[in-house]
Amino acid sequence: MTGITATLRVLHDGERTLERDLLTAAARHRTDHEIHHVATDLSRWSREHATRLADVGRHYDLDLPGPQSDASPGALTALKEKAAEALGRRPETGLLLLYDLRELHLAATRNSLHWEMLAQAAQATSDDRLLGLAGACHPQTLRQMRWTNTMIKELSPQLLVSA
Amino acid sequence: MVDEADRIKNPWGARTPYGPGAPWPTRTDAHLAPGVAAHEVERWVPSASLLHSNGDAMDIAVRQGRIVGVRGRATDRVNRGRLGPKDLYGWQANASPDRLTRPLVREGGRLVESDWDTAMGRIVARSKDLLERHGPGSIGFYTTGQLFLEEYYTLAVLARAGIGTNHLDGNTRLCTATAAEALKQTFGCDGQPGSYEDIDHADVIALFGHNMAETQTVLWTRVLDRLAGAEPPRPVCVDPRHTPVARQAAVHLAPRAGTNLALLNALLHEIIRTDRIDRDYLDAHTVGFAELAAGVERCTPQWAARICDVPAASIEHAAELIGGAERLLSTVLQGVYQSHQATAAAVQVNNLHLVRGMLGGPGCGVLQMNGQPSAQNTRECGADGDLPGFRNWQNDQHVADLARVWNVTPERIPHYAPPTHAMQIFRYAEQGSIGMLWITGTNPAVSLPELSRIRSVLAKEELFVVAQDLFATETAQLADVVLPAATWGEKTGVLTNADRTVHLSEKAVEPPGEARPDLDIFLDYAARMDFRDKDGDPLIAWHDPESAFRAWQRCSAGRPCDYTGLSYDRLREGSGIQWPCTERAPDGTARLYTDGITWADPDTCESYGKDLVTGASVEEVEYRSLNPHGRAVVKAAEYLPPHEDTSADFPLQLITGRTVHHFHTRTKTGRVPELNAAAPDVWAELSPNEAARQGLSDGDLVQVGTPRGAVRARLRTTGIRDGIVFLPFHYGYWDTPAGHRPPDHSAGRAANEGTVTDWDPVSKQPLFKTAAARVTLVARRDTGARNTSETAGSRT
Repeated sequence: MTGITATLRVLHDGERTLERDLLTAAARHRTDHEIHHVATDLSRWSREHATRLADVGRHYDLDLPGPQSDASPGALTALKEKAAEALGRRPETGLLLLYDLRELHLAATRNSLHWEMLAQAAQATSDDRLLGLAGACHPQTLRQMRWTNTMIKELSPQLLVSA
Repeated sequence: MVDEADRIKNPWGARTPYGPGAPWPTRTDAHLAPGVAAHEVERWVPSASLLHSNGDAMDIAVRQGRIVGVRGRATDRVNRGRLGPKDLYGWQANASPDRLTRPLVREGGRLVESDWDTAMGRIVARSKDLLERHGPGSIGFYTTGQLFLEEYYTLAVLARAGIGTNHLDGNTRLCTATAAEALKQTFGCDGQPGSYEDIDHADVIALFGHNMAETQTVLWTRVLDRLAGAEPPRPVCVDPRHTPVARQAAVHLAPRAGTNLALLNALLHEIIRTDRIDRDYLDAHTVGFAELAAGVERCTPQWAARICDVPAASIEHAAELIGGAERLLSTVLQGVYQSHQATAAAVQVNNLHLVRGMLGGPGCGVLQMNGQPSAQNTRECGADGDLPGFRNWQNDQHVADLARVWNVTPERIPHYAPPTHAMQIFRYAEQGSIGMLWITGTNPAVSLPELSRIRSVLAKEELFVVAQDLFATETAQLADVVLPAATWGEKTGVLTNADRTVHLSEKAVEPPGEARPDLDIFLDYAARMDFRDKDGDPLIAWHDPESAFRAWQRCSAGRPCDYTGLSYDRLREGSGIQWPCTERAPDGTARLYTDGITWADPDTCESYGKDLVTGASVEEVEYRSLNPHGRAVVKAAEYLPPHEDTSADFPLQLITGRTVHHFHTRTKTGRVPELNAAAPDVWAELSPNEAARQGLSDGDLVQVGTPRGAVRARLRTTGIRDGIVFLPFHYGYWDTPAGHRPPDHSAGRAANEGTVTDWDPVSKQPLFKTAAARVTLVARRDTGARNTSETAGSRT
């Protein structure tokens, strides 16, 4: 296995993980409505990245499964949903939200660095297919990072100081 | 003077046709109380409308200390004498017998009459206690788009530099946040580019989600007069309902709810594909066009047709009209602002003008409209989630400049994050980190989404709620202290409309009982809290409307919304004047950006921008490298499917909206006999096809339900696209037995019982036009029953 295929594999796994983590955060923070909706939207980018990585992987003799057939954290029963809502209206969930955003940011950063490595390797080998892939996907990973960073910046003063 | 018998049935009045470039003829509308003749009026007191965002100038008729009518002011640039139905009749609400006349305080679970000292004493005691125990972040303010400039400015100073809280926003978040945000994204700064006079010159008028006929009747009258004259403009209408605007349109596009961005991207695709673009303008005044061209490359009319369910040929036709226009005017309102991907879509309307190079000239304007009479002032004064004077919270120089104006240290003004938006303020109150919420002139218990949640927040034991209003609104009934406020005609102040026209509204009569102007209440609170500047002098040194206005002028100096050339005397002498009004532009400014882009420079801009999909902030360094010369930013955005889509259980899309006879939550208009009789109760609209599909008929009593709540309403079958149910949002509970909520074990009357809690991540404007719903039968119609209002809304 070359460095490129190893990186493709670890990035593919990283995007699969990030999709699931975004959907888990969306479900857990359903009473923080912006987190819920935007995290769900952003999970689609990771899903698409995993698909494209699996497609490109075939050209490098990799058999990557692509995105999980159902990446959602398991259908919440009505009872669980109610419980998540009730819990979501208590103050201590603020800290939990910040920690979840931190983890999402770190996971996206990890993926971003792998995209960077792939893009650099693609340039060094004049691999247009790989360069095109990184060029299409990496900007969205950076947007996932900016979003988590912005939310942490905006929410921390209140959630850490006034709660 | 025209006193037409029934402006309820004919909201727009008689035609005064005119041709392109000609001045709009005058037509003076008036209405006096029955039995009062014009010569019996003792005084005419100058004012402007407070029941919509158009800013129609009028004079209030006073006789024996009472308001007895109104008359449009023919010399004014906005309305040339015309008034709409809400203004002709709405003044009667001032004298309603149920006005609040004394402060109320909660005792043993009930609101009881009290006095100002007790009520203010409780607010001050709670404020000081919270400040001491939890700091400034435990206090929030939620204001309106219906006070005067002097009041917003005073509130902004006392909240941001007095308390030191970041939690001050207006209900303008629900009506105009996206307008402001879209302007900031494209032009770096808020400020309406166009002017109402662009209607006089335009050859194509495109209305995006803007039922102008009902939201701004007088502006629509101007369009109707052009349509009746020589060389009429061709209107393009984007609206899922067959509104009065759609009936006049050359092309009417009725997309699925939540798909505006796909439609606009396809229009841009067509205009670029057919090379109807102004390359010289793009080169000289913009950055980012290549990104847009790449972004919409695959957004063909056929692609959008599948998403929006609009014929591709209609999209091509609309693109043909917009692409072929020589003088294009676009207007945008809630159909875009309260829908999925709000800012991203509103920005694409700006882009239409940038790619066509149609900005700053007669007839070439963008009007990102407002929903409320003084929404513009909330924005410019920093009472709505912005810093005063369109200053940039991310720019330390701007914060230092504001601190200089207020004579405080910069650290005193919270600027570590953007000012908190209304939905987040309610979230903090829900979680308990905000312990006091002071609500002025608005009614969240009816106007915010998902009302059962909002009621539970307002009713929380630990949350101290202050409501300052004219009446015992649904919100006031849940408050701990209720302060009786004076209103339009009972106090003096300035208000600025959607095209930057500043009007002075003067006191005509005394407020009822002990009711006080909002400004006086804020000044009283500031004095009791003893807010000081850095030299130990009072933070707020003004004492009346005119001195507050002068303080604001100093704060506005050098900023886009510069008021330094105005004064009460100047506004009294003439009529409305458009800002910026300075020594160099003493008569005001009709259009912004007549000679390039003025306020996008990194050192002067109000915002460095945001990601149009995620809402993430762009940092200063990035903005400087992207836009070093301060040009307009052409921003692209990809379409995403709506967050709540239809399902087998909830097969329809719910959208809410206004009707011509009411304003906000009917607090005033529901107390006006003519307006109330015209639209006394909530109704639901479905297309005849959709009704038949659901087994329903016109006049049936139905329940409109969503996963969050339900509304019971009479069904009207109207011209609305299949698959959508419409509810007017004005109706609440103050005139029902339960008072502030639905009856026990029954559906409600407020459209927001069922709306979804979701907001645009960029402008933070709640989305009232993207929920999944079902409509079920409650009871068949009574034979012979008729609906009362047929002027309003869509038609079959």
